Amino acid sequence: MSDIAERLENERIEIQLLLEGLFLKYGHDFRDYAGAHLKRRMEYRKLAEGLDNYAEMLHKILYDQAFLQQLLLDLSINITEMFRDPWVYAKIRKAVVPHLKTYPFIRSWHAGCSTGQEVYSMCILFHEEEVSGKRIQIYATDFNDLVLDKARQAIFPIEVVKEYTANYQKAGGLSSFAEYYTADYESVKINPPLRDRVLFSAHNLATDGVFAEMNIIFCRNVLIYFNKELQNKVMKLFYDSLCPGGFLCLGPKESLRFTDYADKFDIVGEKERIYRKKRGLHQGLSNEQ
Amino acid sequence: MANYRAMVIGVSAGGFKALSVVLPQLQRELPLPVLIVQHLSPVSDTYLVDHLRQRCAVKVKLAEDKEPAEAGVVYLAPPDYHLLIEADYSLALSLENRVNYSRPSIDVLFASAAEVFLEGLIGVVMTGANADGAEGLARIQECGGLTVVQAPETAEVNIMPLAALEAVAVDHIVPLDRLGRFLNMLAMGQ
Repeated sequence: MSDIAERLENERIEIQLLLEGLFLKYGHDFRDYAGAHLKRRMEYRKLAEGLDNYAEMLHKILYDQAFLQQLLLDLSINITEMFRDPWVYAKIRKAVVPHLKTYPFIRSWHAGCSTGQEVYSMCILFHEEEVSGKRIQIYATDFNDLVLDKARQAIFPIEVVKEYTANYQKAGGLSSFAEYYTADYESVKINPPLRDRVLFSAHNLATDGVFAEMNIIFCRNVLIYFNKELQNKVMKLFYDSLCPGGFLCLGPKESLRFTDYADKFDIVGEKERIYRKKRGLHQGLSNEQ
Repeated sequence: MANYRAMVIGVSAGGFKALSVVLPQLQRELPLPVLIVQHLSPVSDTYLVDHLRQRCAVKVKLAEDKEPAEAGVVYLAPPDYHLLIEADYSLALSLENRVNYSRPSIDVLFASAAEVFLEGLIGVVMTGANADGAEGLARIQECGGLTVVQAPETAEVNIMPLAALEAVAVDHIVPLDRLGRFLNMLAMGQ
């Protein structure tokens, strides 16, 4: 074995031990994350801290809480914006909401909600489509508590407003985006309607289970960071959580194609990656719209 | 002659024309996958893919997450996503921050491929206006892979090839008009 091959193999072993340690001590399970991405993020932190190797990093994780929090932030990609991929929201408005409105009560789940931008986008959209607060419960979950706190605050830097406004318009917004926030000198606080219908809570897709029957699930740009096994496990969780005919919205580069669940959903929007759980034959008559 | 298992190409400004010269020279039976990062604006669509598809014998497509990398196929990183490759040869996308102001970044692809394929990798840096790719090419060399740079005087923009030559004592410097045939020959083990 060449020197470099041996060094890489040792590194893989150390990383595996590190992930095992992170799981044993704190219950955070990154063992089935996509390897190449995970390694990049950990390498970044290793270099930033001047650590020589991942064995040293494991020790720091076990004994240094501040470092642990930093690493958890490194390992979750929190790139998000309001009405990100506006054409997706336009499609939801047109092809999904009319179906949802036929239910007496709607349960909507944002899995991996990060700092909350997409949650608040849907609050606005539901409000504009006249879904009243009495008829909806929105769940927003993430494994990272720091990120959830930010999501609850709904405060974003003022620089992003221009982009959010443009997105809102492209997404088919029916009003003026300015109606939904209060501006300060440096920041805006989003104050969307239906905000009191959002329940933020910690939920780890890798380890936690079903908690309610959902009519629609959003999980955008999360599955790309999981390996195939974990993707399938999470797809099972979503499948089990959805009611028959329930909707699933993935990121624009995520698809069911390489999972075990490709034939268990109908495609509502190919480009938008919006899917609908097929109804079992025995359920076909009772709940048709 | 070494048996190469994959090829990675990084290209930026001037890449549209340069790829249109190089990729049509690859033959249909290419025994390895080709992964390409071409810097594009985040909103650009599949125009480049369609354009190349019409001109190439090899199959050309946008890379999809979790897709297995197959021989005889050219995969382009989709706009606004990093492209990486996993140990099981499946493709992976990520929205991690820009690297060298770029997403997709050439360095990100090269570094991940370098560790997966070791001496079985061919890394190629072509025309472009920034230094993305130089560090990645160095990593490919460090891991035992073969390094190739488009001759700067044949590049529409020579900054990227020059940065790569500065960072790496490369194995081959090849002018644009011969680059496609040269890469084809390497891939075919000739």
